[in-house]
Amino acid sequence: MSELKELIQNKLSKESFSGNGSLKALSQKGLELFNEQGIPTVKHEEWKYTRISAALNKNFSYAEGATAITAKEVEEFRLPGYEAANELVFVNGIYHAELSNIRSSADELVILPLSEAVKGEYKSIVDSNLGHSAGYHKDGINALNNAFAYQGLFISVKKNKSVEHPLYCYYINDARTVNVLSQPRTLIHVAANAEVKVVEEEVTIGTSDSFINKISEIVVEDNAQVHLYKIQNEDSHSSCVKTTHVRQIGVSKVNSVTITLNGGVIRNNLNFILEAPGCESNMYGLYCVKGSTHVDNHTIVDNKMPNSLSNELYKGIIDENATAVFNGKIFVRKDAQKTNAYQSNKNILLSDTATVNTKPQLEIFADDVKCSHGCTIGRLDDEALFYLQSRGIGDKAAKALLLHAFAIEILEKIELEPIRQYVDQIISERLDFEI
Amino acid sequence: MSEMLNTLEQTALSEYKYGWVTDIEADEAPPGLNEDIVRFISAKKNEPEWMLEWRLKAYRHWLKMSEPEWANVKYPKVDYNAIKYYSAPKQKKTLNSLDEVDPELRATFEKLGISLDEQKRLSNVAVDAVIDSVSIATTFKKELAELGIIFCSMSEAVQEHPELIKKWLGSVVPMTDNYFSALNSAVFSDGSFCYIPKGVKSPMELSTYFRINAENTGQFERTLIVAEEGSFVSYLEGCTAPMRDENQLHAAVVEIVALDNAEVKYSTVQNWYPGDKEGKGGIYNFVTKRGICAGVNSKISWTQVETGSAVTWKYPSVILKGDNSQGEFYSVAVTNNHQQADTGTKMMHIGKNTRSRIVSKGISAGFSQNSYRGLVQVGKNAVNARNFSQCDSLLLGDKCGAHTFPYIEVKNSTAQVEHEATTSKIGEDQIFYCNQRGLDTETAVALIINGFAKEVMNQLPMEFAVEAQKLLAISLEGSVG
Amino acid sequence: MLSIKNLQARIEEKEILKGINLDIKPGEVHAIMGPNGSGKSTLASVLAGRADYEVTAGSVEFLGKDLLELSPEDRAREGVFLAFQYPIEMPGVSTTNFVKTAVNEIRKYRGEEPMDAVAFLKLMKERMKLVNIDQALLSRSLNEGFSGGEKKRNEIFQMAMLEPKLAILDETDSGLDIDALRIVAEGVNKLKSKDNATLVITHYQRLLDYIVPDYVHILYKGRIVKTGGKELALELEEKGYDFIKEELGEEVESPL
Repeated sequence: MSELKELIQNKLSKESFSGNGSLKALSQKGLELFNEQGIPTVKHEEWKYTRISAALNKNFSYAEGATAITAKEVEEFRLPGYEAANELVFVNGIYHAELSNIRSSADELVILPLSEAVKGEYKSIVDSNLGHSAGYHKDGINALNNAFAYQGLFISVKKNKSVEHPLYCYYINDARTVNVLSQPRTLIHVAANAEVKVVEEEVTIGTSDSFINKISEIVVEDNAQVHLYKIQNEDSHSSCVKTTHVRQIGVSKVNSVTITLNGGVIRNNLNFILEAPGCESNMYGLYCVKGSTHVDNHTIVDNKMPNSLSNELYKGIIDENATAVFNGKIFVRKDAQKTNAYQSNKNILLSDTATVNTKPQLEIFADDVKCSHGCTIGRLDDEALFYLQSRGIGDKAAKALLLHAFAIEILEKIELEPIRQYVDQIISERLDFEI
Repeated sequence: MSEMLNTLEQTALSEYKYGWVTDIEADEAPPGLNEDIVRFISAKKNEPEWMLEWRLKAYRHWLKMSEPEWANVKYPKVDYNAIKYYSAPKQKKTLNSLDEVDPELRATFEKLGISLDEQKRLSNVAVDAVIDSVSIATTFKKELAELGIIFCSMSEAVQEHPELIKKWLGSVVPMTDNYFSALNSAVFSDGSFCYIPKGVKSPMELSTYFRINAENTGQFERTLIVAEEGSFVSYLEGCTAPMRDENQLHAAVVEIVALDNAEVKYSTVQNWYPGDKEGKGGIYNFVTKRGICAGVNSKISWTQVETGSAVTWKYPSVILKGDNSQGEFYSVAVTNNHQQADTGTKMMHIGKNTRSRIVSKGISAGFSQNSYRGLVQVGKNAVNARNFSQCDSLLLGDKCGAHTFPYIEVKNSTAQVEHEATTSKIGEDQIFYCNQRGLDTETAVALIINGFAKEVMNQLPMEFAVEAQKLLAISLEGSVG
Repeated sequence: MLSIKNLQARIEEKEILKGINLDIKPGEVHAIMGPNGSGKSTLASVLAGRADYEVTAGSVEFLGKDLLELSPEDRAREGVFLAFQYPIEMPGVSTTNFVKTAVNEIRKYRGEEPMDAVAFLKLMKERMKLVNIDQALLSRSLNEGFSGGEKKRNEIFQMAMLEPKLAILDETDSGLDIDALRIVAEGVNKLKSKDNATLVITHYQRLLDYIVPDYVHILYKGRIVKTGGKELALELEEKGYDFIKEELGEEVESPL
């Protein structure tokens, strides 16, 4: 741990960030807290089931000039539908405009370094939203990203604009020569009446170890609509902590779908803070993991105002030596009367060496609410299997069919057709299911 | 709606009816905790050397531990040196018969509705009455002894049945298990011991009634139940304490062992003084209860109705070690005014075909916080384990909180685990419907709450179900709408 | 028995009843018909005392008492029974226990001794037959998991047990197939006497084939716009609600 601290200290001391105001304060505070807290261990209640210290104890390097990703290399991992998308490329945590491809016009979509955004017309938005997630994650890993917030990117979707081209964000770690630890940071502002779809993918190039510690904060104004899609399909030497923190400050609707297929240790923090009455939030997740992948979905829905609806459904298929963790927390604050909040987590274990730890939680402080959560861990339904077999479908095909049916409920929530098909393809191959 | 809230609030103001103090002379240890106190307690009880050594070991271990902080409860730190660890009502050393029990004490228990007089006995219930640190009387001993059932105070068991105590004490809850169990192991003063021999089904309910009386004391009782092969026993525990402005500590340990084909049913009606309506005083109820289904086809069932205590920290658990064994946990926890409860269970599936069932009903009113915390663990070898959990919360008013923290850990693909939880309030439409049938709001609320808790109440032995139902209504009196 | 004069009521800011006048005498059966949103269910709710509605003008006298001054439970105890359109579910509360509590609360109000278990069971057995309801249903939690028909039959069973002076049936036919409808109607008819009265609220005429009204009132936009005998219901069935609009000189939407 001391090595990591030293590395971070060295790196930051070399940076010539001369900004001021909220950004600098956040970076400094982040560093202080990181030095104080270090990386959370399993003794930390929120990290009880996920050990990230090993994945972070990798002799990372910030070797200068080691990275030179070419546009051609980016080609390799573009997601389907890219032809009609705004493509944002981050390399080792830092946004690279020359590798990116912005199709939307500037009157729809504004992309600025945070260090600039904090000075200009977006100052108040940055000041009041950047670092908001720290209040929900008082740990060293969140603090560590804050220390690098000055490198971050600001994205604003303008008022009344429905952005036609979805945002495809690629977070590339170039681990061809050294072990890479990156700290991408974005603040996305979606103004009133705007609509946008965001797709995120992490990519590691090379075979060295890679760790992405990312924070994305999203602030959503009145009557706006946001769709967030995450696809996680990495190698076992790539681990990450991804925090997505959504504040719905106006009556708005946000959908999130998180698909996890492969990786080392994957921790997804997804927070929805419902700060206006009458918000709608939908959180869906599918983890279909095998090998020794460890996936931890940590979600928070914080209902602060009345009449909101939140719906959460996470489903998992866990095979081989994989481990899945689901930790969902719903808060209903005193003023959030008439809240409807639902949470469900369903798991199927396919092997005797697979593990599921699930912890669905409710914290309710208002009386006029409808809240429920449920979780199941089990096998495929024997009845259903038998039914299919009695119709002449073989055991293997029947299982594939049922597992695919189990997964499809989540896949259907992806409202970007090329992405949905792409994910379905991978899942089907994984399950030996013929579409 | 406002009428409903008014009714709720009135209920919240109702008085604790067991809040009186009996004026009896007590034989006490000075406040504070050190090895001398441990020796003092052991000497008072005339304990053999091994028992003292066991206590001292626990005490030394306790010194190295720190108080747990993970529970969803807030209370000022307990000053362990301000507590008196031993307080016994002064009476003649040995009692030849129950008739010799001090009339004051006898009256105390009469007032609590517990008759020590076998002529006026509670139908079919044997009682061990514990006041402050010691057991006062145990009824029906002779009748039980004829069947080979041992039912006596823990002090007596240490003297009379050392081989059983040595074998089983601390076997389910090791002295080092947690902060409060270590403390209890060091200073426990009395409690009940119950041994059901092979093949015997206890013909009556066995019950312990705990009463804290003296000031500034803690109560640290220890209960041990051993059910031999093929035996059955239903056990009930009740508790009350006087109203006092300062908080008092109750840190008990209950251990249950069920061997092959044995069944133990343990019911608790916990009504320690909850503090006044401003949250002053009340009992800290930090209890470790655990049973082990050590044998095949064994079963342990916990039922609890929790209405008292200022702060509760309690997770009656079952270790499902024997194949085909079963664990059950049925709980109603009511919190009102400023009470805090963090309670639930642990079901640890180790053996094959083990089953567990959890039904938890939380009712929060006033300014209280009510948390369910439960762990369901399915180990690698627990083939075909099944668990079903249902946790429902009912909120009465908008100043209280209901929390659900289930932990589910599964390492076996043949397991089937289901957890469901809901949070709701009493609907205005439900109240109106009742009103329309001629029921006033208070009656309607009582009816709905009893309906909510029914699944758990049904698990209580008949003799106590009615009492528990009344208790539920009293605890919430004036708080519903 | 019941005398409603110029009754006006609203929910939140919306005026729903705009001056209802209605007199019901013992032994009579009245039907109130009207299109959706005309205020039928509001009238039932206001009579039973649902708090959501605010009475802004008018009076309701029931057996010489000012009904609007009474709490909902006292209205019930005086003999007003509302058969709910959507009966409420009460988990864990058995129907038997619920009805027993209600019967005894009403007896207490009247200064009578509570009914003992034996007498209650006897009465229950007798009334069960009347509405053709199964014992098993009564030991289950009130309305929980009941089918639409079971819920409505349970309402009529409760009515049989509580012996109201005025029974208000709020859309009791909704969601019932023809067999269930007949059973429910038969129950209501058996309970009819010269001392009690029934107010049937319905959208469709078909219930009135089974519960034959002495008077039919058509409620439209919060007012009773037409009163007649049972033949009025048939006329309405035949011509549809548009004929009311025509009579009132309102424009009827052309099917083209």
